[in-house]
Amino acid sequence: MARISNGLYEIRWHGRGGQGAVTGAQILAEAAFLEGLWCQAFPYFGAERRGAPVTAYTRISKKPILVHSAIYSPDLVIVLDPSIMSIVDVTKGLKENGTLLVNSREIPKIERDDIRVFIVDATSISLELDLLVAGIPVVNTPMTGAAAKVLPLVGLESVLEAVHNKFIDSLGPEKTKLNVEAAKRAYDRVREV
Amino acid sequence: MVKDHIILPVSKPTEGSMGKTGLWRTFRPVINYDKCVKCLLCWFYCPDIAIKIRDDGYPEIDYCYCKGCGICWHECKVKAISFVREGEEVG
Amino acid sequence: MLGKVKKLGKKTLVITGNYAVAYAAKSARVEVVAAYPITPQTSIVEKIAEFVETGLMNAKYIRVESEHSAMAACVGASAAGARAFTATSSQGLAYMHEMLHWAARARLPIVMAVVNRAMATPWNIWSDHQDSMSQRDTGWIQFYASNNQEAYDTVIQAYRLCEDEDIYLPAFICLDAFILSHTSMPVTIHDEEDVDKFLPKYEARHWKLDVDNPVTNGNIVTPDHYYEMSWSMDESMRYVKKKFPEICEEYKELFGQWHGVFTKGYKIDDAEYVIIAPGTLFEESCVAVDMLRENNVPIGALKLRVYRPFPSEDIISVARKCKMLITLDRALSYGFNGPIFNDVRSAIYGETGTPVFGYAVGLGGRDVTFNDISSIVRDATLKLEKGLHSSFVYYGLKVGEK
Repeated sequence: MARISNGLYEIRWHGRGGQGAVTGAQILAEAAFLEGLWCQAFPYFGAERRGAPVTAYTRISKKPILVHSAIYSPDLVIVLDPSIMSIVDVTKGLKENGTLLVNSREIPKIERDDIRVFIVDATSISLELDLLVAGIPVVNTPMTGAAAKVLPLVGLESVLEAVHNKFIDSLGPEKTKLNVEAAKRAYDRVREV
Repeated sequence: MVKDHIILPVSKPTEGSMGKTGLWRTFRPVINYDKCVKCLLCWFYCPDIAIKIRDDGYPEIDYCYCKGCGICWHECKVKAISFVREGEEVG
Repeated sequence: MLGKVKKLGKKTLVITGNYAVAYAAKSARVEVVAAYPITPQTSIVEKIAEFVETGLMNAKYIRVESEHSAMAACVGASAAGARAFTATSSQGLAYMHEMLHWAARARLPIVMAVVNRAMATPWNIWSDHQDSMSQRDTGWIQFYASNNQEAYDTVIQAYRLCEDEDIYLPAFICLDAFILSHTSMPVTIHDEEDVDKFLPKYEARHWKLDVDNPVTNGNIVTPDHYYEMSWSMDESMRYVKKKFPEICEEYKELFGQWHGVFTKGYKIDDAEYVIIAPGTLFEESCVAVDMLRENNVPIGALKLRVYRPFPSEDIISVARKCKMLITLDRALSYGFNGPIFNDVRSAIYGETGTPVFGYAVGLGGRDVTFNDISSIVRDATLKLEKGLHSSFVYYGLKVGEK
C-alpha cells in the first residue's frame, strides 16, 4: 500500500461525460473524510458534454488542504473507460511509482514501466448486477470499491459507507444496495498486472 | 433606537408638508352643485388629493391645497366645474 | 486535526462551496430568496429551491426574470422587514448594478453570494474578481472566502454584521468560481436552533414598509441633505471595523470557527516579506510560504478577508514590521494597475515606506499554483535587491504566443 507523500495524495479520474467521474471523485473524498482525513473533490473546470472525455480530481490529506490549484502530478489515475486511452494520455504527470487503475477486461498497453497497473472489469460487474442508468452500466461506483484496494489510509468499509451516503436519498435502498455490492465485488476482483 | 449617524430619506404621509400650496394658484375650479351628479371623477383625478367627499356624497375642493391645475374642470362630464381667474367671481 | 473532523462528523458534510452557501442561508433562517440562475452560481439557488420545496427551509422563493429584478425583489423584501438573500455571478452582478446602489443607500441588510467569474466579452465562466471588484463603490461590504467552511460561516456572520443597528448595509460573500463553488470539502453545518443564539430574528429598526404605518424611502432629496446621507454610509462602514471583531470572537466562542476578522496572517510574526491576497489565493500562498521557508526565505501571507471596508489598519501594522509587501490581484483597474495593489499602496502612504510589488494573476481562471506564487516571490525579492520600490507586473503573460 502506497504512503501519503508530502501529506497529500492526489487522484485523477478519466471518463466520458455521463459516466460519473465527478461523483466517483466525491465518493472517494467522502470515504477519506469518514476515515478522519481532509479531502477535496472537483471536476475539471470546463464545459462538460455527454460522451466527451472528462476528468475529475480527488485530494486526500492528513492536514487541512490549502492547495486550490489543479492536480498536475497525481499519485493515482483511475480510468472509467479503457477506450479513452487511445485519445487521452492518461498517465501524463502520473508520479514515478504511481498507480494506474483501469476498468478493463484486458491488460492495457502502457508505455511506462515505472508505475503499477491494476485492472478490474467494472462494466461486467454492473451488467451482472443489472446496475444500469438509462441502459448503460454504471462504472464509477465499482471503481471506487477497486480504489479502496490501492488507496492509502482509506479502507473498503469507508468507501462502501460513502457509496451508501451518496445514493440513499436520491436512489432509495434497493439501487443503493446494488451500488454498494458493485463496489464490494470490484474490490474483490481488482488485480495487479 | 435610531442612531444619529444613520440618515435616511424616509417620509411619512402628512397633509401639506410643503405648506399651503393653494397659494400657488392663478385659476381656481368652482363646483356648481346644481349640475353635479356625484360621479366623483374630479375626486378620482385630482393629483393633489385636494378634493374631499362630503358626508352627503358631493365633492368639495380644499382651496388650501388646490394648486389650480384644472384637471377636475377638464374631466367633469356634466360641466359642473368652471375654471375662474383668481380675484374674479364665477361668471 | 484528525480527531477534530471526526468529532464534528455528525454535522460535517463533504459539500461544494455552493452547497455550503445554500446551507448557510438555511442555517441563517433566510425568509425571502429571489434569484436568477447563472453559471457557476446555479447550484446555490437550486439547492435553496430544494430546501424550500421540501419544507426544510421556511422561506419565500421568488422566481424572477433577471438579476435586476432579483435584487429589486430583495430590496422590497428587506424593506418589508424580511431577511433576504440572493446569489449571482459576473454579468448577473453587473446587471444588478443599479439596484446594488439602491439596496445600500436604502440601508437594507441584504446578503448576497457572488461566485466570482470573469466578465464577458469573450465568454468565460472561470474564476476572476473583476465582477465584484467593479462593484467596489456601491456601498456593499465585501468578503472573500478562502474555503467552503469560511463561505458558510461568513454568510451567517455577515447577516449579524449587516443587521447591526449601527451598520444597516448589505454584503457580498465572494467565492471563487469552481475552485470553491464546485469543489467538495468538509463543511461543518450548524442547526438553526444553535445559529438562532448568534443571529436573532431580523428586526428592521430604522425604517420598514408597513401598511399600518406607511412611509416611503427615497423621495427626492435636495443637495441640502444628500451629502450627509452619503457620509452616513461611510460612517457605517467605520462601524463595521468596530463591530466585526466582536462578532467574529462570539462566533468562535459558539461554533469554534475562526477565519480571522478583516485579515488573517500566516507565519507573519517573523516575516520580512508578506504576500497579501484574497480568498483561495491566500491559501495557495500559504503552501508557497511553507515551501519557501524550507529554503529560509523569511516570508508570510496575509489574507484579505474583507475588501470593503478596506482593512488599512491591519495592513499598516504588517507593513511597519516587514521589508516588502507583495499583492496578488485577480482583477484589473484598467489604466491603473490592480485594485488591491492600489489600495495597499494608498493605505500605507505616509505611514511607512515599505515597498509594494503588485502582480496580476489568474485572470479568466488561469490556474495559480504555489509554484507560480514562489516565482512571484523570487521576482519581487530581486526587485527589492535592486532597490526598486514599487511595480505592477502581469505574471505569466503569454503575449506574442499564438
